[in-house]
Amino acid sequence: MRAGFIAGEVWSGLRRNLSMALSVILVTMVSMFLLGLGLLAQRQADTMKGYWYDRIQVSIYLCTDNSLQPNCQGQAATEAQEQSIRTQLEALPEVKAVFQESEEQAFERFKEQFRNSPITGNVQLGDIPQSFRVQLSDPTKYAVVTSQFERAPGVASVQDQEKVLKRFFQIINWITGFSVFLAGLMVICATLLMATTIRQAAFIRRREIGIMRLVGASNWTIRMPFILEMLVVATLGVALAVGMLWVGLRLIFNAGFNQVVLNKALIGAGDVWALTPWLFGGVIFIAVLTSVVTLRRYLRV
Amino acid sequence: MIRFDNVTKVYPRSTRPALSDVNVNVERGEFVFVVGPSGSGKSTLLRLALREERATSGTVLVAGQDLGSLSARKVPRFRREIGAVFQDFRLLPGKTVDQNVAFALQVIGKPSSAIRQLVPETLEMVGLEGKGKRLPHQLSGGEQQRVAIARAIVNKPQILLCDEPTGNLDPKISLDIVHLLDRVNRTGTTVVMATHDADTVNQLRRRVVQLDEGRIVRDEQHGTYLAPVVPEESPVEDPEAVEDAEVAEEIGDLDPERFGGEDR
Repeated sequence: MRAGFIAGEVWSGLRRNLSMALSVILVTMVSMFLLGLGLLAQRQADTMKGYWYDRIQVSIYLCTDNSLQPNCQGQAATEAQEQSIRTQLEALPEVKAVFQESEEQAFERFKEQFRNSPITGNVQLGDIPQSFRVQLSDPTKYAVVTSQFERAPGVASVQDQEKVLKRFFQIINWITGFSVFLAGLMVICATLLMATTIRQAAFIRRREIGIMRLVGASNWTIRMPFILEMLVVATLGVALAVGMLWVGLRLIFNAGFNQVVLNKALIGAGDVWALTPWLFGGVIFIAVLTSVVTLRRYLRV
Repeated sequence: MIRFDNVTKVYPRSTRPALSDVNVNVERGEFVFVVGPSGSGKSTLLRLALREERATSGTVLVAGQDLGSLSARKVPRFRREIGAVFQDFRLLPGKTVDQNVAFALQVIGKPSSAIRQLVPETLEMVGLEGKGKRLPHQLSGGEQQRVAIARAIVNKPQILLCDEPTGNLDPKISLDIVHLLDRVNRTGTTVVMATHDADTVNQLRRRVVQLDEGRIVRDEQHGTYLAPVVPEESPVEDPEAVEDAEVAEEIGDLDPERFGGEDR
């Protein structure tokens, strides 16, 4: 009975204040969408960093039979060349660690990295050459490795991943920063709007509140309809935001980007689900806190 | 049941105390009229007993609770022991009579089985059987006040506080309401009614406590209400209080027939 009664109060409250409820839903949706966007961008960056950053600063790709680089002269690197490169690398004081990646390993890694992308079907074993992945004790010293091995026999090319990734991560950081900043502003808007909505709802229901206090309703009974109302609208807002993030990621990001940008690990729907509890939790916290703080004035006995 | 010991109440931003050094003791089951002109402190007395206000000094004991030391958290539970009725009825216009009365039980978490039993029972007691489905605006003023009384007593409080319950009603209806309160009193509920309606007081001949400028000037069993003689030159410091009193007097002078519209 009590639950039914409170549900009835919540429903009538929402109906009486429909336009405000709608505006809270929309503002919550936009703020959480922006926040989600920022966090997803950060997760995208982390996904790539996690893969690339710690392991490789410089990749030395060895020649294959199909290598087009002039240094290879159309021949795969020999065992002896491989051995000599390894020895030289290990002798360099700037080098912290050397991993050799075979063609099979490179192919497996590629498949794992692009698990969300249809592109994996087009790549075959042998398309990615075997390589030495060199970790430097100081990533800025990549020039030493580059200059020493660029013309070495059996080396197709030397790539410094960090240089490329750095720029990319910087852009992602900008996107993150900007969207989190906007999200912050929107969260402030949402909070203020919630407070205004509650104040208005409390004003509309001041007779009810007065009578509740008179007959000895507990403060939580008086607060509950307001808090639940805010929870309903805020939760709807977050749900819409999560839906938009999911649709955006699946239909635009994953579907479009995977074809275009090949050598980056991409986030998927799982990352949206990972964010979801935090977005819901945050909004629920804000809604309850705002309700309780705003209603204090009406509950003073 | 209600005891005021040396109670003084000074409202903030006011120099004149609304009540000064009031001592009064109401026993369980008593019916007490609190009379006096507007601004004499009747409402303040009731507000203190309801713990809507706190005494500036002195002790207020109601239903076994010392309201001076009663924490805010315990106020709701305390108020469940007290019913209150006001001049302006304070009904919820969007709810039916049934719902208005049931509301008082719902918000304190009474089970619906109890509500289904108590609401019709109480409506019958106040003489509104068969009117449960009406909305407040479909009722006369007297009927609306009966709904308010039903709501106040539906939880069977020990005390019923009435602040000018007949202030908006014409004399005949007022008398009906006071007789209803008398019936409530006879079921064991302590009733305190503030009024400046001489007729109703004189009709019932119950205990009368008369206030004037915040002081008890008379307290007699089976008393009457003698129209207060306010000396013209009496110095009243608060200009607002003077204005209120004047307005109240003006309204009091008006022919009740002119308020007929209120009482369909």
